[in-house]
Amino acid sequence: MAEVTLKGVTRSFGDKRAVDSLDLHIADGEFVVLLGPTGAGKTTTLRLIAGLEKPDAGTVEIGGRPMNGASPAGRDVAFVFQQYSLYPHLTVYENLAFPLRSPARRMDKATLDARVRQVAKMVRIDHKLENRSTRLSGGEMQRVAIGRALVRRPSIYLMDEPLSSLDAKLRGELRLELKRIQKELGATLLYVTHDQIEAMTMADRIGILAEGKLVQIGTPREIYANPANLHVAARLGQPHINLVPPGLLPDAATPAGTRTVGARTEHLEIARTEGGVAGNAEVDWIEHLGDQNHLHIKVGGHKLVTLADPDLPVEAGDRISVRLRQPLYFGSDGQRLA
Amino acid sequence: MSSAKTSSVTAAHSVVEPSPASRRIAGALVILYALVTLVPLAWIFLTSIKSPPDSISYPPKILFTPSLEGYCNLFTTRTRQTPDYIAALPPPSGVCDAVTRERNMVIAGPSNFLPRFTNSLIIAFGSTFLAVSLGTLAAYGFSRFKVPLADDLLFFILSTRMMPPIAVAIPIYLMYRQLGLSDTALGMMLLYTAVNVSLAVWLLKGFIDEIPREYEEAAMIDGYTRLQAFFKVVLPQATTGIAATAIFCLIFAWNEYAFASLLTSGSAQTAPPFIPTIIGEGGQDWPAVAAGTTIFLVPILVFTILLRKQLLRGITFGAVRK
Ligand SMILES: Nc1ncnc2c1ncn2[C@@H]1O[C@H](COP(=O)(O)OP(=O)(O)O)[C@@H](O)[C@H]1O
Ligand SMILES: [Mg+2]
Repeated sequence: MAEVTLKGVTRSFGDKRAVDSLDLHIADGEFVVLLGPTGAGKTTTLRLIAGLEKPDAGTVEIGGRPMNGASPAGRDVAFVFQQYSLYPHLTVYENLAFPLRSPARRMDKATLDARVRQVAKMVRIDHKLENRSTRLSGGEMQRVAIGRALVRRPSIYLMDEPLSSLDAKLRGELRLELKRIQKELGATLLYVTHDQIEAMTMADRIGILAEGKLVQIGTPREIYANPANLHVAARLGQPHINLVPPGLLPDAATPAGTRTVGARTEHLEIARTEGGVAGNAEVDWIEHLGDQNHLHIKVGGHKLVTLADPDLPVEAGDRISVRLRQPLYFGSDGQRLA
Repeated sequence: MSSAKTSSVTAAHSVVEPSPASRRIAGALVILYALVTLVPLAWIFLTSIKSPPDSISYPPKILFTPSLEGYCNLFTTRTRQTPDYIAALPPPSGVCDAVTRERNMVIAGPSNFLPRFTNSLIIAFGSTFLAVSLGTLAAYGFSRFKVPLADDLLFFILSTRMMPPIAVAIPIYLMYRQLGLSDTALGMMLLYTAVNVSLAVWLLKGFIDEIPREYEEAAMIDGYTRLQAFFKVVLPQATTGIAATAIFCLIFAWNEYAFASLLTSGSAQTAPPFIPTIIGEGGQDWPAVAAGTTIFLVPILVFTILLRKQLLRGITFGAVRK
């Protein structure tokens, strides 16, 4: 394992800047997740680190050594692709053994076999080693794909949305397993995704990527609680953060220059109006999710969504009072004010 | 290119499950068509096992005593002898000996059929191997690298197919004479390779385009060179396309007549120009011609049967490949 540093890395396709002067440091043994929507430059970033793309400017350093011009094979990275992860003409065993059989490695048969079986167990596919890789379910394929990276001990593992094609339940399981395995191995891992839950649950640090630029990087807690701007705030939180104009809801102190107030569930105090006090909001409808409710609220022509305790005794059409509690303030440029 | 065309084919297959009745009708039509196309082949085979008088009798004989005379005549040259001379010979040493003596002839030696047939095998399989190998490499290059003027080059490669090959027969004849390639197996192999390679590049580019490049990239990240990745990852997945292309190339090279009759006459002559010359040798020996044709059909038949699985999948140009 090794640390990886990107310095001012830029890559354009035509006049489209897929990655725009990206600076990123991944410490040895760290699990970093880059979070961004489709087209943000996530795949390109990984390909630049792997040497599948050449940067127009900037350098990639792996283990302190600049990688300019180094071939993919010379970089000692492992890559899990978003799609097409397994060789269809090989069995699961052969797929897992493939990286170890490369002429660059030359491993004796017994070591190879032991390693393949160990990793197969780790990703829980050891019962299907002799299957054709095309005869697997989506979840099993993804396990093998991850396993094929794990058979090696590279400087860094690069994973490109490896769970995005799976259903929610499997995704949840594999998320936990991947985090467990990474801890077990002490692996340096750069994982890119558009799924905020994957980012929040697995990352040591999350980097928010937008249009090729790294907007903010920090621990999941920091990114969630202290977003640098509107874009970052909007990437995280379920339900989606409510963006309202200042003054719409009662608040202790709104900083000067506020253009937008961002309020998640924890920033909203909701009370039933008792004894003739006129509330400032109306319950529009209630979405029952089982353990929680999504409360859809109408305030002066704006619609807000917040989580609510299922026991909260309100119904659609009820008047309620809503006030802000230390929300997020953003200026006219979208940057965070306080 | 081919994907649009084939996707509609697969859609038609998956959407409408044929009813048993339409299945039976389709089956009957296929059998009928097969019978019609098989009649000439059956006739050729039957003629090859007739005796020369039976082969030209009118009305044609459906029932006859099979004879190996056609095959004997195909493989041998014979000389006419007096009955006394033949009677004085030791007993015949084989079927062909006996059959020949009944016609007052003795076997003088082997005919040219076997060497000509061998020439055909060498030239057709050799040129197919060359065309498919070169085609695969070129198609891979066009598919994966930024080749300057790639589209123009591909069009140029295709344009070599736009005129009938025989249009360039005279220039090639003169060129080959200068280069000493006339009537050599190498010359014929190069010629057929040149004609087939354009087809091979185009067919194979379609197949290779459909193999996601992530497979090779994964291999290269895992420590393989591009060439190793090509052999370990791309080739195994392109087998379908390679098989289909090889059959097309082989059929062309195997059947080619015009260039062969123009450029070969002796040591490098292939079977197609040779077979008609059998007719002239001592009367119209139709059974021998038919025997030559029958044997001529065998290699293509065997090759196609061996590759038929790949061919069936390949002929849909990757649509069914998964
Ligand atoms: N090979 C390429 N050719 C042209 N444009 C590309 C290429 N690869 C990526 N892009 C463009 O760069 C941008 C970032 O792409 P990508 O890194 O794949 O984003 P992500 O993985 O975050 O969805 C996109 O606008 C995409 O269209
Ligand atoms: Mg991507």
